[in-house]
Amino acid sequence: MGLETEYGVLAPSMPGANATMLSAQVINAYAATVREARGKIAGTRWDYADESPLNDARGFTQPRAQADPSQLTDVEPELDAEQVALAGGDVRIGDTLYEAGPYDHEVLMNMVLGNGARLYVDHAHPEYSSPETTNPFDAVLWDQAGDHVALAAVRRIESLAGVPDVHLYKNNTDNKSVSYGAHENYLMPRSVPFDSIAAGLIPFFATRQVICASGRVGRGMLGSYPGFQVSARADFFEAQIGLETTIRRPIINTRDEPHAHWEKYRRLHVIIGDANLGQISTLLRTGTTALVLSMIEAGTAPEIELRDPVAALQAISHDPTLTAKVELVDGRRLTALQIQWIYAEAAARHSGATDATDEATVEIQRRWEETLHQLETDVFSAASTVDWVAKYKLMGSYAQRHGLDFTDPRIAAMDLQWADIRPEKGLYHRLAARGLVETLYSPAQIAHAATNPPEDTRAYFRGRVLSQYPEHVVAASWDSVSFTVPGGRKLERIATLEPLRGTKALVGELLDQELSIREFIATLRS
Amino acid sequence: MTQEHHSGQRREETQAQEQEATAAAGQDAGVDDLLDEIDGVLEQNAEEFVRGFIQKGGQ
Repeated sequence: MGLETEYGVLAPSMPGANATMLSAQVINAYAATVREARGKIAGTRWDYADESPLNDARGFTQPRAQADPSQLTDVEPELDAEQVALAGGDVRIGDTLYEAGPYDHEVLMNMVLGNGARLYVDHAHPEYSSPETTNPFDAVLWDQAGDHVALAAVRRIESLAGVPDVHLYKNNTDNKSVSYGAHENYLMPRSVPFDSIAAGLIPFFATRQVICASGRVGRGMLGSYPGFQVSARADFFEAQIGLETTIRRPIINTRDEPHAHWEKYRRLHVIIGDANLGQISTLLRTGTTALVLSMIEAGTAPEIELRDPVAALQAISHDPTLTAKVELVDGRRLTALQIQWIYAEAAARHSGATDATDEATVEIQRRWEETLHQLETDVFSAASTVDWVAKYKLMGSYAQRHGLDFTDPRIAAMDLQWADIRPEKGLYHRLAARGLVETLYSPAQIAHAATNPPEDTRAYFRGRVLSQYPEHVVAASWDSVSFTVPGGRKLERIATLEPLRGTKALVGELLDQELSIREFIATLRS
Repeated sequence: MTQEHHSGQRREETQAQEQEATAAAGQDAGVDDLLDEIDGVLEQNAEEFVRGFIQKGGQ
């Protein structure tokens, strides 16, 4: 599995600055820190050959001409002269973009990192796509590593004299109609019918928010109706199933771009989740979803169907007391917690029947049930692990102290500032510094994951070769790495279509030999 | 004897109440402290900050 984060981006001293430009500045600032630390090339071209964003999991391909321009993610975005000019007329903003480096006078829009992640400009946001991991605990660690990377870029920009500061927010909306995502990706066998995936997931996704969403002040896409709600994303969803991710957002996204052997795998692209600062919320989000997917694969998922999933998603989000009931097609009316219990109990039975007693599965099941117990007993008792509860509790205390209601701009400011990734300004980070939120990983472990790949997926190969042969890696994607070999007439493109190959066990020793690039490629090819 | 017993009981009760109050005060002090800090780090002009937080596009 892997997690993507599109960060909110803001240059407070340059209102109206072009967002794509600011995002590119973040990528280039991080490239500069990597160059400085390693004295090696940091920018590697993204290889778009295997991107297919218009393939639909339901078995057809959307015609290119009918697609919204924002769906065409298989071509390199370009900054044109107009966009550069739009950057507030302040030429100095570009200083970090054009400093001497391997790509003189060129703006980097894409990087592949030594930890196997991709850092790039996507839809006017800096995006970190984590390396592939085999389990939810690693997914949390390499997602947190993304925040570490983003913070390093922010610090780099801060250190440059004459360059306006850029702030990044791990959130999902500006509360003015725009939403940006925190997507999850799960590798599944292609043999599982897509219909059963959708049917099993829709009630789960409509209710999962209560254990792991991040909370939002304001309702409706424009945030024009007052009140706190559970999920930051819920109000931006309009359909049950669909291909789009930027418009008419669906609960189940059908993009069929496996980035792996097509006939063997599908990559389930989940777009409904909230970005989480909290490590336990991220674990609950990915861990419970992985358990539900195991049940769907085995045909043991609960058979429940919501009468109106989109309406249910929003009704649940709009009720932080968690007492709202939603209707099933069989006529029952249940709360989100009751529906979550149906899934959690089915998962416990499924794990028992399949003898899934590994530590990670047991831990996730335990936390899932504990969280549901807490939420049904006293919502605020989950404040150290569930992001929306932590945020809601903090806002409630603040509002009470100052005699405010939730329409006060200070509460709206807290909502945004909750997600500021700078430890000294971000309200989540202020709570964490006081030990008021539970964590799984230390800052040292997270820093290590920012430069080192997971060892048990193809991300290991990608990350290691990039660190070891940076001057020879000319392009990379999820399922390939391309090298130049001195004297060679063509690029050497190594396919990595099998996500569980390229691991430390398989290539670690070969990389440790520190062969020349020619010998290395020859050995790989042999 | 009886009086002593009563006063002993009262002393215990008072102690328990005091402990509860102290615990609550301790908690309040923690929350107060945190809210003081939030006052310190929150953007000075909340209204302007919220108005200026504009994003473009996104998935």
